[in-house]
Amino acid sequence: MEGLNVSLGALALDNPIIPASGTFGYGAEFAELYDLNILGSIALKGTTKEPRFGNETPRIAETPSGMLNSVGLQNPGIHHVLEHEIPELKKIYKKPLILNVGGFCDEDFSYVCQMASDEPAIGIIELNISCPNLHAGGVNFGTTPEGAAAAVRAAKSSTHLPVFVKLTPNVTDIKSIAAAVYEAGADGISLINTLLGMRIDLRTKKPVLKNKTGGLSGPAVLPVALRAVYEVYEAVPLPIIGMGGISSAEDVIEMMLAGASAVEVGAANLVNPYICRDIINELPEAMKRYGIKNLSDIIGGAH
Amino acid sequence: MKECVLTADKITALTSDIYEMTLRGDVGANRPGQFANISVPGKYLRRPISVADFGGDYITLVFRNTGAGTGTDIMSRAEVGDTFDVLTGLGNGYNLLASGKNPWLFGGGVGTPPIYALAKALTEMGIKPTVALGFNSKSDIFYLDRFRALGTELLVATVDGSYGQRGFVTSLIGSSVPSYYYACGPLPMLRAVKSTVGDVGEMSFEERMGCGFGVCVGCTWNTKSGARRVCRDGPVFKTGEIIWKD
Repeated sequence: MEGLNVSLGALALDNPIIPASGTFGYGAEFAELYDLNILGSIALKGTTKEPRFGNETPRIAETPSGMLNSVGLQNPGIHHVLEHEIPELKKIYKKPLILNVGGFCDEDFSYVCQMASDEPAIGIIELNISCPNLHAGGVNFGTTPEGAAAAVRAAKSSTHLPVFVKLTPNVTDIKSIAAAVYEAGADGISLINTLLGMRIDLRTKKPVLKNKTGGLSGPAVLPVALRAVYEVYEAVPLPIIGMGGISSAEDVIEMMLAGASAVEVGAANLVNPYICRDIINELPEAMKRYGIKNLSDIIGGAH
Repeated sequence: MKECVLTADKITALTSDIYEMTLRGDVGANRPGQFANISVPGKYLRRPISVADFGGDYITLVFRNTGAGTGTDIMSRAEVGDTFDVLTGLGNGYNLLASGKNPWLFGGGVGTPPIYALAKALTEMGIKPTVALGFNSKSDIFYLDRFRALGTELLVATVDGSYGQRGFVTSLIGSSVPSYYYACGPLPMLRAVKSTVGDVGEMSFEERMGCGFGVCVGCTWNTKSGARRVCRDGPVFKTGEIIWKD
């Protein structure tokens, strides 16, 4: 299909549709449903140095137009991912992947980034400095400019791969965080991670989630994501992967107008497993409807 | 897993809060113990519901209406002809080959429906299961006629003694020693089955789910063989795999 191709820095994508980390596993379940090669790229499940079980259940709660999760970065660890999940996915998916990297300290980020550097299938590191479900001694890298910059420097010094930093919206001024990661050498920015939320069960009169709080995603957060992408687009000259509640071709266009060069589709995959395929199929018609010839022409068009 | 648009054919109240809905269409392949994840108007996440019965062109879902405004409340008010987007054939289902000649099937309350699908399949295989069902009270009982129609041996207990034997399903075992069992019901019932009969069986479980097909890992339990997703690696687990928490 013509007019769908975009680029994230040096990485060219056939289209801007990328399933978001944590909603697509390592691809195997979706490979049974459709040909993954239609996707622009795939953002793999957040991966840490050591294997992690995550938080206790319940770790899912429904919300108006969305959901909370408190999974807590369950993953088999970078060694297992490099030895098993990525080799399996590479057999069927032939484009560069995005590896989402989580951690508890700068050394963790360095370690995982270094390990990942030898895997040629990885095109971008997405540095998750903003998981709302981790309790690492009160440290949350993503909420201070200094913490965010230090994590980026640790990652950048450990890999030749482009590093996109995934920012949290749970801050007063996201522009200052974006500026700090830009100064620290980030190659791009992904946003937004989930918004911290809670639900309470009226029968037990206690929080639904065992972890009490969780990250809000789904259509409910789309306007927050659009605002954050719009602000960061003006603050720093870096390519942006926009995400947060995207569920349709129209949402993709809106996010790109705000300033995103590509988008990640998250919670919608859980509700409609074919949503990424459907959006890619519907994009040409939606573009025609709004007089768009090339998607790459509209990036930041709302400014 | 198959995504299908199915048409409500029949919605029946089985008790004051348990409903049965038959959905027709191209339902794909289903096995006893698997579940369907149904999209409900006005709700973001799908509702995972165990399948009580299925055929080439229908599935039957039995569910509890969990209160005004909930997804199951909306489902209970559906009308014949309403369409639903449903993911069918989810989860592992029961291992029918493990049954032996006379397995015991324990069903408790709203955990009874998948036990019916299992009893039907085992009966068709020429196996004679003993079905032991437990309910709180006579007014909560449903599906007895269906089990009777299968010709299986049927034992019923109620907690208040208003029908059948007074007590829990485990009180129905008497001096029998089940060589293998299948169980579905509330957690206290499953605990009782485990402590009374032991590990020679399998149980299906519930958990809050995001996707229902294994990708969000929202429903993961730590088991004796490591992290397992209730939706995809389960909902049926061997009793011996479960780490029972107090």
